[in-house]
Amino acid sequence: MTKYESFEQDVLVIGAGGAGLRAAIEASDLGMNVGLVCKSLLGKAHTVMAEGGVAAALANVETRDNWKVHFRDTMRGGKMLNNYRMAQIHAQEAPDRVRELEAWGAVFDRTKDGRILQRNFGGHLYPRLAHVGDRTGLEMIRTLQDKTVHSKNVKVHMECTIYKLLTNDGRICGAIGYWRETGRFIVFKAKAVILATGGVGKSFKITSNSWEYTGDGQAIAFEAGADLIDMEFVQFHPTGMIWPLSVKGTLVTEGVRGEGGVLRNSKNERFMFKYIPEIFKKDYADTEDEARRWLDGDKAARRPPELLTRDVVARAINSEFKAGRASTHGGAYLDIASQRDGEYIKRKLPSMYHQFKELADVDITKQAMEVGPTTHYIMGGVKVDGETAQSTLPGLFAAGEVAGGMHGSNRLGGNSLSDLLVFGRRAGMGAAQYVKDLRTTATLKEAEIDTTCKEMLAPMERASGENPYVIVQELQEIMQNHVGIIRNENELSEGLAKIQKLKPRVDNVRVEGGRAYNPGWHQALDLRAMFICSEAIAKAALLRKESRGGHSREDFPNYDKELGKINFVIKKSGPHEMQLVKQPLPEMPADLAELFKGD
Amino acid sequence: METTMSVYRGDKNSGRFVDYKVKQFEGMVVLDAIHQIQAEQSTDLACRWNCKAGKCGSCSAEINGKPRLMCMSRMDQYNDGKPIVVRPLRAFPVIRDLVTDVSWNYEINKKIKPFKPKAKEADGTWRMQQYEVDRVQEFRKCIECFLCQNVCHVLRDHDKKNEFGGPRFLVRAASLEMHPLDTEDRIDMIKDSLGSGLCNITKCCTEVCPESIKITDNGIIPLKERIVDAHFDPVVWLWRKITGKPAQPTK
Ligand SMILES: Cc1cc2nc3c(=O)[nH]c(=O)nc-3n(C[C@H](O)[C@H](O)[C@H](O)COP(=O)(O)OP(=O)(O)OC[C@H]3O[C@@H](n4cnc5c(N)ncnc54)[C@H](O)[C@@H]3O)c2cc1C
Ligand code: SF4
Ligand code: SF4
Ligand code: FES
Repeated sequence: MTKYESFEQDVLVIGAGGAGLRAAIEASDLGMNVGLVCKSLLGKAHTVMAEGGVAAALANVETRDNWKVHFRDTMRGGKMLNNYRMAQIHAQEAPDRVRELEAWGAVFDRTKDGRILQRNFGGHLYPRLAHVGDRTGLEMIRTLQDKTVHSKNVKVHMECTIYKLLTNDGRICGAIGYWRETGRFIVFKAKAVILATGGVGKSFKITSNSWEYTGDGQAIAFEAGADLIDMEFVQFHPTGMIWPLSVKGTLVTEGVRGEGGVLRNSKNERFMFKYIPEIFKKDYADTEDEARRWLDGDKAARRPPELLTRDVVARAINSEFKAGRASTHGGAYLDIASQRDGEYIKRKLPSMYHQFKELADVDITKQAMEVGPTTHYIMGGVKVDGETAQSTLPGLFAAGEVAGGMHGSNRLGGNSLSDLLVFGRRAGMGAAQYVKDLRTTATLKEAEIDTTCKEMLAPMERASGENPYVIVQELQEIMQNHVGIIRNENELSEGLAKIQKLKPRVDNVRVEGGRAYNPGWHQALDLRAMFICSEAIAKAALLRKESRGGHSREDFPNYDKELGKINFVIKKSGPHEMQLVKQPLPEMPADLAELFKGD
Repeated sequence: METTMSVYRGDKNSGRFVDYKVKQFEGMVVLDAIHQIQAEQSTDLACRWNCKAGKCGSCSAEINGKPRLMCMSRMDQYNDGKPIVVRPLRAFPVIRDLVTDVSWNYEINKKIKPFKPKAKEADGTWRMQQYEVDRVQEFRKCIECFLCQNVCHVLRDHDKKNEFGGPRFLVRAASLEMHPLDTEDRIDMIKDSLGSGLCNITKCCTEVCPESIKITDNGIIPLKERIVDAHFDPVVWLWRKITGKPAQPTK
């Protein structure tokens, strides 16, 4: 038997970003004994990197705003493929969640009358994003982190990676993983588990995501028997840095455009005016003059087209590239210097100023930035119930980026931070209720634990084998080139075939060194999840023969009416088999459907 | 272009510097070099990172003797033909290679009394003007890179971790104390648990802060003044004794 340390908890929260922290706070408030684990140190999750803001219809800046408008924007942004109930709960509850952060000590930028200031963002009809300059995520995670460490009965386990969920009798009973520091194993016995592990972007070559984003949550949920949904929908953010090489993919916040930044091509044309989709025509300016008036505060003027949803802007930049009108390094110019004065830019976008100055030798108060699409976010994930955040596996809950449904085929900027708060809290409530209703607890299966430990040690015990970093690089190439921003049948099939061919090599990776803080070993253990998610994305993308939101098919450039009525659900069928099932969208009640009349 | 990186390899018991040659490309930062070594030469080279954009404070190390974020340190500033020396922070115990045990910081944070807001206004909101929050927003920019902790001589040279919380947590305390809505009294905690008196205002912390927080001038010195006021002004002292609250004028 392999040795391991063990803990027992009512609720185990995997992930300490916004969603995990909010879930832990709620579960603790409801009397649960909570374990909270994260791969990095506390406070370093992706949430800390979020820049632009958190969306909530507080109506502090624009009194015409309310949850219904936010709901409508979210559904339209997701091209109506969202789980309407989640989008509704999200829009209704987000304002309270933001105000709650203020009660816990968060300090947002202020309006002139002393309330929380809100800024414009893509796809949001009104200024809606509560923010702190361009470091909103930092404010949010620090606030939640402090609330968590002062919560009762929350034990934080930092630098601990969960490798597998443990089930018995068709429900969750715990999880197993390792301490990164020592490489020793750790088993959690838990009545309920909340996944809050974030996204999958690290499987692509150009990405704004960190080493943590290997899709662990989606993969371990799938392996344990929970369904995934909407995995074909990956968001390519239109504005990543593209030069120099070192920072290719690093995010440039949409806040730059929210504050007035404009996009131009090599001919100095403001090209977004050419790309306004039919359903958005009535809300967007069609001349530079009108866009300018909007920026100057004219309420009768419509918003500039740079603030269209991310999928639209990313595709437009790509089309300009294809037409031979790209910037020097193959992207577009993002210019705020001509729109706002230097002091304003430094005050509202301090970290963008710093980032470009230090890393690209560009002064954004004087020069244009060069930007291009970067893999940013996954809309799909673990399929959950909107009210309780429970997955299809009893006792397993999911919230934040790891969960699917809320954003449909495309997420609006700012809707993730609010999603974390709204559904993090709901997952905490859902899990607490589930635990309270439990009559018996499931037991851990020792044999399963033992095999899992052996599996984790294998890369270290092989006498020879491949370097895991080589496999990761190959996978990233495949995903970037075949399953990227513009897709088609041939590319996707070829990509899938390459993934299948590469996969067996995972079983032959070998790492040097010992168990203590060994990144090569950690990388080797992340491969399995990266492959599960990549395969899921590619398979669903192949089946969705239409273009919608983050999923663009060259060979099917339009919406397909029938496909617009279904989500693809991915189920486990057999030890390593994936089955894709069409599932009809839940039907929206008449009062909500009313909001979309005329679309 | 090829550059030599001299990187500390070892654990808490022993270690040495190992030279690696890396291919230098345009705009490359030190963290890229470390990643290149990991991927191609030594897969078990341990380091921490997350954002690669100066936002998370994970990748702190000492580069040519200077405490810095590896992801924000351009290689071309060191192009003098000599190897670039990278070692872990000195003020904390080494776990492996560039990774140190910073858990002590998390323990100190727990001692700081949490935010306690005053009652909301009649309309259910709290009103604060931007100029009133500018000061705390400066402190709240902290990314917990612990570079300031690493250079403060009280921690680095004298290892007074039992008596002194370090600049990071004085900044944290300041961000709560100067929060316009806060009503908690942290004066004794700042003096006794965080040991603010041990800081002798050398300002080394301010110099290394990647977020350009004026740790000493804007954070520590005003806190020290509050402590003096609270303890040596008899009116304020009496007010605190009776109400258990800090003196009104200091908020
Ligand atoms: C640069 C950038 C800027 C962004 N800006 C915005 C913005 O302005 N507004 C907005 O709404 N959204 C923004 N987003 C998106 C948003 O930040 C993320 O979607 C969101 O923070 C995800 O939060 P989360 O709680 O789901 O996961 P995360 O914050 O990523 O946390 C995941 C946690 O899970 C842990 N974890 C993962 N796998 C395991 C495992 N196997 N074992 C143990 N722990 C594990 C990690 O260690 C981490 O603690 C931005 C994203 C990026 C990258
Ligand atoms: S100013 Fe004080 S806290 Fe900062 S380094 Fe000097 S002694 Fe340490
Ligand atoms: S105060 Fe500055 S140097 Fe200190 S931990 Fe925070 S960001 Fe780092
Ligand atoms: S990796 Fe985040 S600060 Fe360097």
